[in-house]
Amino acid sequence: MSEVNATVNNGVNVEALLGAREALTEAPQAAQFVWRAESEWQGGTHTRSNIEGFFGLGEEQSHVRQFNYDTDHPEIFASEDNGSTPVEFILVGLAGCLTAGIASVAQNRGIQLNSVKATLEAPMDIQGILGIDGDVRNGFDSITVRYTIDADASDDDIAALIAQSQKRSAVFDIITNPTNVHVEVSK
Amino acid sequence: MIANLDKSARLVGTTDVIVIGAGHAGLAASYCLSEQSIDHVVLERGEIANSWRKERWDSLKLLTPNWQSRLPGFSYAGDDPDGFMSMPEVVDFIEDYARHARAPVRTMTAVTAVRRHRDGYRVVTEKGEWQARAVIMASGACNKASVPGIANMIPGAVSQLTPHQYRGPQSVRPGGVLVVGASATGLQLADELQRAGHEVTIAAGEHVRIPRSYRGHDIQFWMDRTGIMNERYDEMDDLVRARGLPSPQLVGSHEPGMLDLNYLAKGGARIVGRLMGINNGVAQFSGSLRNVCALADLKMNRLLDAIDQWVLGNSILCEAPERFDATQVDKSPALVLKLDGGSIRTIIWATGFRPDYSWLEVPVLDGKGRLRHDGGVVASPGLYALGLPMMRRRKSSFIHGIEDDVRDIVGHLSRFLGQTSTRSAA
Repeated sequence: MSEVNATVNNGVNVEALLGAREALTEAPQAAQFVWRAESEWQGGTHTRSNIEGFFGLGEEQSHVRQFNYDTDHPEIFASEDNGSTPVEFILVGLAGCLTAGIASVAQNRGIQLNSVKATLEAPMDIQGILGIDGDVRNGFDSITVRYTIDADASDDDIAALIAQSQKRSAVFDIITNPTNVHVEVSK
Repeated sequence: MIANLDKSARLVGTTDVIVIGAGHAGLAASYCLSEQSIDHVVLERGEIANSWRKERWDSLKLLTPNWQSRLPGFSYAGDDPDGFMSMPEVVDFIEDYARHARAPVRTMTAVTAVRRHRDGYRVVTEKGEWQARAVIMASGACNKASVPGIANMIPGAVSQLTPHQYRGPQSVRPGGVLVVGASATGLQLADELQRAGHEVTIAAGEHVRIPRSYRGHDIQFWMDRTGIMNERYDEMDDLVRARGLPSPQLVGSHEPGMLDLNYLAKGGARIVGRLMGINNGVAQFSGSLRNVCALADLKMNRLLDAIDQWVLGNSILCEAPERFDATQVDKSPALVLKLDGGSIRTIIWATGFRPDYSWLEVPVLDGKGRLRHDGGVVASPGLYALGLPMMRRRKSSFIHGIEDDVRDIVGHLSRFLGQTSTRSAA
């Protein structure tokens, strides 16, 4: 497999990923990760969230530095627009997850990617969040992701890349399947 | 259990090999053991071919054509090579084979425990105990229906059936049916119930879509000729994944040409995503339906490509290549379904099967209750399995697939007996 992939470089270290998969099959407890975010209200509808530490491989881990994200609402909602809306962040997460998956699967299958672009669209009826119509859900009606991929591969191979990346995507799973959410308050 | 102790404590026999199960796999093992004059006994909990008699629905037919029904030293001799055996016909076929193989079968002798004892195994049955140097477990891969834990959250007003409890549409009360699972079992039952007038919803996770025939030959012909079914377990890229693959969407019939989600939808069935949860009496389905259908279509086309490639390199009379319509998925498949509203009266769990090892007291199961084995050689000396999916080859769980596996396993077993024996096996 490594011979086939010798000329393909998508910047993904597939050997390391496959090695991790093998190691974690033997030590499933090390596969238990916890992802974290901390957030603080900045006034109005503006919140700043910070990402730095997470847990995995049996111990506390850290990103190379802290990442900060602002969420807010646009001016047509009478907000200050200090950042993208939280629902747009969902699209950010989905795009990031699927595209990382495409790159990894392509590397593993010996497919050179030249460019991978996606446009994401999620219609939403805001009568739900405004409480106008109880029959309308708060969230997206649906999500459409449109990829434009330039790669040294057939159309079917590219379709298979996209399908496989959905199959292995955490964010795709989080969005398409129910998850118990616990929101608590401490004094 | 204590009441049983007195009855079963007596040793009724000693032999070299105990074969558990008198289905096609156990009988094939018996045939090959006899060929090598290895002393053995076949223990059967019920009648010969018990699972085929008791644990299959009435309309089920073999998924392989008659010409492919062959066992060591035995093959189909009827006049309909392209037909598919009904369950009574399979039972007859296996009974004929038991006679042909002169298999030493003890029927109505359920094994209740197998444990290490001395240099071999103590096999406890309802009719006494056996001591053997080796044991072949050929007790079936589908003893138990795998039902997900969320089954106990289904509202009481909804009936639940496993495929083992389903005999035919008469097993299902009037009203809507939710069939969970879109492999061979789920599609066949959904089709039968839809024909019987039920409104059918089918929840589809990952599935394997293939046509019954392609380019004028049965799909099994191609799987056989191209060598796909002979692919060995130790040559597969991802064996764990291969062993977990759902059974292909097939039915033992030339009609319809392809029993798939499109066919069911045309008949009125509602197709939804994988059943993921039950919340306050509401079933929640995955939003991944479109992708699992895309995966299945792509996989089917790769198989057809492989067949076309093979045809190019081999001279064979066949029709021109064709490609089938992609699976049609509604723009917005239902994500939730109220189970206590009366529209669903019955749920059928077509969510797969697993072997029953409740009697196995040798520590050879993994954390998920699966047998740990290397191509049927279990991690306990002298203990073997047969008939499990992809055990040694892609064809391992098929009737025609058992011969190569049996010869490998009996070969290994014979060497094992030779190494551990103080007396001559010949």
